[in-house]
Amino acid sequence: MSHQIRLTSALFALTALGLTACATRPANLDLSLAKASATGAYGVALVPPATVPAINQIHSWTVKLSDSAGAPVHGALFTVDGGMPQHGHGLPTKPRVSNELGNGTYRLDGMKFSMTGWWVIKLNIQGPQGADTVTFNTVVASPHKI
Amino acid sequence: MTSLNRVISFAVVVITFSVSLASTSRAAGVHDAWSATEIATIASMRLTEAGERPPDPSNAYEQLPAAANLGKQLFQDTGLSSNRQVACATCHLPGAQFQDGRPRGQGVGAGRRRTMPVMGAAHLPFLFWDGRKDSLWSQALGPWEDGLEHGSNRVALVKWVRAHYLSAYEQIFGLMPDLGPLPESAGPNGTQVELANWAGLTDTQRERVNRVFANMGKSIAAYERNISYGETRFDRYAETTAAGNRDGQQILTAQEVRGLRLFLNQGQCSTCHNGPLLTDYAFHNTGVPPVDATAPDAGRAVGVRKLQQDEFNCLGRYSDARPEQCTELHYLATDDPTKLGAFRTPSLRNVAARAPYMHAGQISTLDQVIEHYAQSPAAIIGHSELARPGESQGERQVIRLTPAQIQDIKAFLETLTGPVVELGSKQFEAIGG
Repeated sequence: MSHQIRLTSALFALTALGLTACATRPANLDLSLAKASATGAYGVALVPPATVPAINQIHSWTVKLSDSAGAPVHGALFTVDGGMPQHGHGLPTKPRVSNELGNGTYRLDGMKFSMTGWWVIKLNIQGPQGADTVTFNTVVASPHKI
Repeated sequence: MTSLNRVISFAVVVITFSVSLASTSRAAGVHDAWSATEIATIASMRLTEAGERPPDPSNAYEQLPAAANLGKQLFQDTGLSSNRQVACATCHLPGAQFQDGRPRGQGVGAGRRRTMPVMGAAHLPFLFWDGRKDSLWSQALGPWEDGLEHGSNRVALVKWVRAHYLSAYEQIFGLMPDLGPLPESAGPNGTQVELANWAGLTDTQRERVNRVFANMGKSIAAYERNISYGETRFDRYAETTAAGNRDGQQILTAQEVRGLRLFLNQGQCSTCHNGPLLTDYAFHNTGVPPVDATAPDAGRAVGVRKLQQDEFNCLGRYSDARPEQCTELHYLATDDPTKLGAFRTPSLRNVAARAPYMHAGQISTLDQVIEHYAQSPAAIIGHSELARPGESQGERQVIRLTPAQIQDIKAFLETLTGPVVELGSKQFEAIGG
């Protein structure tokens, strides 16, 4: 898994310039993919796919869930929401989080981005520490050479 | 169009950190100054970025030339209608952008929606304005049985094919099974008599008729997937801009370039009209006034339910796909309230050659279409995604355009007109419509 994360990070670093032109995002947009849930009950990390998906290609992410002390959380259930705040529409698909793969790791299936730009991914978590939510921002971009 | 067949890396990368530098960098030495991000977006709109037509796992016959040949004949056959006067090509005219120039299609009756062009349809995950079909072959079946379009019925259609195309059919799909004694007309979507006759068939008869019917659609799809857009002046501009070639940028006028800049930024057009076909393939409510405000079209909200119930969808028994290949159905957004009154974003390729516009041809000219977005009226059904002055609409900005800017965007849209081509065959002569 750590190998996958390194690969992904390297890809992102190489393609950092390919952003959409249309809308200006808030300057202070939090693009962290690892953060505490809204009430602090959980630590949540989203891991993008190692192979970069095309626009409109259905693909999977990974979710890593831990408690406030950093220990993996088992047996949690999720629902997924999201969309594009600047465009007033939701996700084009209805993604689902699978049962736990092990060690507090879950698979987020059915993700699809219909365009470049700022997207929000919101997870509603139901686990041993109670119900909580976490919201991530991510920027989908086209990696064309300039 | 061999360039269309190139496999292009259409990769999109999810970036995990802010890159504010991108908006200030400039490519040196070009005629028109664009930021790096704008150049990346312009490059992503080149036709070549569409890449290879994706295979449809639900249609095992789509790449057989014999199927395309049969499909082309069926496409033009008026015998496949109740009055023997309506073919697919009646509304999808090959010499006129595969559409009819009418606000709403005219088959055996008056249709409810604007005829959509065929070009580029092989790339679409959902067909029709409301996306109620998930494959080209399944889409082709709908109009034949629609009382306002071909007005025919499943048994009559299959008997016509058996009478006129049996040899061609069997070369592709194998021997046509014994259908037993069939009434003249029968089908699950027709008149009371047709419904009753359909109910009177055996399960085996219905299954066999359905199979031939599905194969008719698969033949049409094999033909239609070859109908494509060709290169435009904009594509050449985008290519030369991506390459940093100053002289090549002269292919667009100053006004057309201003229009492109507005298209990408102030006009917010590329919010939905993005990528190589100038569409996100998704469904949006933009407050387009319905033809009849007392009975507005619910669009995708109804289309998604029809898709789930369609016996010819990717998961149905007549699909050639394995269930796990039907990913769009597995993750279908079925309860999204924003899809009430939402319609599929149409491609803007060749848009200037196919007025009128919108899902029911409500708007006559491109100028008026752009004015619609500048005015952003409230939706009659559902809720428009467009921001209106004084209205909170998430982070979305109000679209503000002057009359001169509207003309600039229109000028840019006219650079998106190119030939219509049949891949592996010929270029259609006329591109007007």
